Amino acid sequence: MTNPNNATITTVHNAAFTAGDALKIPTLRILKDDGNLYDGADKPSLDKETALKMYDTMVFTRVLDERMLAAQRQGRISFYMQCLGEEATTVGSAAALDEQDMIMAQYREQGALRYRGFSLEQFMNQLFSNEKDLGKGRQMPVHYGSKDIYYMTISSPLGTQIPQASGYAYAQKLRGLKNTTICYFGEGAASEGDFHAGLNMAAVHKAPVLFFCRNNGYAISTPANEQFVGDGIACRAVGYGMKALRVDGADILAVYQATKMARDYALEHNEPVLIEAMAYRLGAHSSSDDPSGYRSKEEEELWRKTDPISRFRLWLVKQGWLDEDADKAKIEALRGEILDALKVAEKVAKPGIEHLISDVYQQPIPALQQQLDELKQHIRKYPDAYPVTSGRMD
Amino acid sequence: MAKMNMLQAINNALDLAMAKDDAVVCFGEDVGHFGGVFRATSKLQEKYGKARCFNTPLTEQGIAGFANGMAAQGMKPVAEIQFADYIFPAFDQIVNETAKFRYRSGNEFDVGGLVFRSPYGGGIAGGHYHSQSPEAYFAHTPGLKVVIPRDPYQAKGLLLASIASPDPVIFFEPKKLYRASTGEVPEDYYEIELGKAEVVQQGKDITVLAWGAQMEIVDKAVAMAQDQGVSCEVIDLRSILPWDADTVAASVKKTGRLVINHEAPLTGGFAGEIAATIQQMCFLHLESPIARVCGLDTPYPLALEKEYVADHLKTYEAIMRSVNF
Repeated sequence: MTNPNNATITTVHNAAFTAGDALKIPTLRILKDDGNLYDGADKPSLDKETALKMYDTMVFTRVLDERMLAAQRQGRISFYMQCLGEEATTVGSAAALDEQDMIMAQYREQGALRYRGFSLEQFMNQLFSNEKDLGKGRQMPVHYGSKDIYYMTISSPLGTQIPQASGYAYAQKLRGLKNTTICYFGEGAASEGDFHAGLNMAAVHKAPVLFFCRNNGYAISTPANEQFVGDGIACRAVGYGMKALRVDGADILAVYQATKMARDYALEHNEPVLIEAMAYRLGAHSSSDDPSGYRSKEEEELWRKTDPISRFRLWLVKQGWLDEDADKAKIEALRGEILDALKVAEKVAKPGIEHLISDVYQQPIPALQQQLDELKQHIRKYPDAYPVTSGRMD
Repeated sequence: MAKMNMLQAINNALDLAMAKDDAVVCFGEDVGHFGGVFRATSKLQEKYGKARCFNTPLTEQGIAGFANGMAAQGMKPVAEIQFADYIFPAFDQIVNETAKFRYRSGNEFDVGGLVFRSPYGGGIAGGHYHSQSPEAYFAHTPGLKVVIPRDPYQAKGLLLASIASPDPVIFFEPKKLYRASTGEVPEDYYEIELGKAEVVQQGKDITVLAWGAQMEIVDKAVAMAQDQGVSCEVIDLRSILPWDADTVAASVKKTGRLVINHEAPLTGGFAGEIAATIQQMCFLHLESPIARVCGLDTPYPLALEKEYVADHLKTYEAIMRSVNF
């Protein structure tokens, strides 16, 4: 097997923090590929309802990704990003949080978003930039956000959310809230200056933030071994004086266990914790990318076998919590629901012309209002050139 | 001559520059084996080796600082910032370091060999993080040169001149035109002088000025105006800093009217600088107020991109308003 994470994987079966005095960072694994637990592994304290919600969320994102990537290929949406192969990282971690813990994601965390309750309709409205999109059709597809479910709106520039998460968590602490902030990013974004600034700020000011790195082996085409030379990303946390955990990112029980432990620690001690999930970005970076230019099909096939969903499904069946036939029927039904929702969302109108200038400031400044008035006059003169807005300006 | 699109012309320029001078080195995110996300550096690693064409870690401030260091040593780094929208982590390195390296040391040290290449501009359904035109931020920084080509021929000649320039250059490439703009390009080495605008069409009633991807937009507007009997003189500014006020002023003295078009928002955009200078140089020749057709003063939108942009219809209207003033 290849080593896309460019990191030493030393497997253990009991979660343990790693501090600066330990040079080898252990990787937590609980669930085997065959759905059995490793001997002596921490037993997951997971009830049936939570476990099934985790499973359903992973399946949802898998089916959504398939459908929407196809929709992009058909030209129905302009852009898409899958989380194929990484479902367990974001779902397992989100499941370990309180629902009022803030989530600050990068862009490949639809699993965490769905776990929080973002509806199928909300996904579709954002992807189609229509007038029901919470972000008012302003950002490219997959840049989700929702205040109601404590999910900060995604920003494309990489790593910017990292120091922001430190500040948000510090404010939660000052407010006396018993909540944390989880900050997701990739091993590529961890090269940005904001990563280093954000970790140091959180450590120095004791912000209860969980830095969750999805080390998925690639930043677009750049493999991890051209991104950094150190032992993965977790070792850096130790350098900044914070606790770190490394987990198998395809093992949802390990991700869940590690995140629970990290959250408890962060809130109890008012300290940041970094979790590094070792994963593999099985899909392309985005619909604009073609991995055949930088990695082999053989490599991808090897990693396809570590599928986080099938592993968890086998475990659920062994628990007697999941019936495989019923599950297959449910997935088929989900495909239909997603297609139906897509057809509805693509017919919803785009945001109205007033949203060209709204939210730049809390109230439009006079110059902007004037620009809009002039634009409306112009559109009235050439209605055919601006079909999205010309028919409904008043 | 060979038919090339803009990416091929840029790739060809980099290839020639690397062949001509061992000091030329290309790097940036995904620039190495993959050849860049737009493939501008395709095959260069294969041809010149990993030491001269390589991937960097994902850190724009690191790329810019690294480029400054290499250039200070005497090399000629051509550093790619993957999208102009992502140049801002490098702002400190560029504005405070690149631009002032020579000045602050009394010419003891300089980074004159340096070029930053970066795709800019809208029209690709990129929303506000894949569409920005940040040239005005850099035009406000003495010590930098800022260059924007309009087609493959211009891209090759201006890029080669940028690499040869004794001063650091920011070279913004209109990504909308990367594959859309094609034309005949000489296969040999040539430079197009920096700091010189080009009169691309002679006319007598009004001067229309733009740069980069907006040149196509302006051409469409000018064709519409010409159908109404308006003779337009069209100028491609090409260099934003330093900019060729003499060529623009000579044209405006002839036509008496000026419309400036750019993609970036109106307020603080480079059109304001041009308008101020030209009204001073041509005050007694002006027949109407200098007009600006620009983006709105908002972030670059997605769903309402068509409404937002400084398109040909808005430009045509501005031309006709100016002529009928």
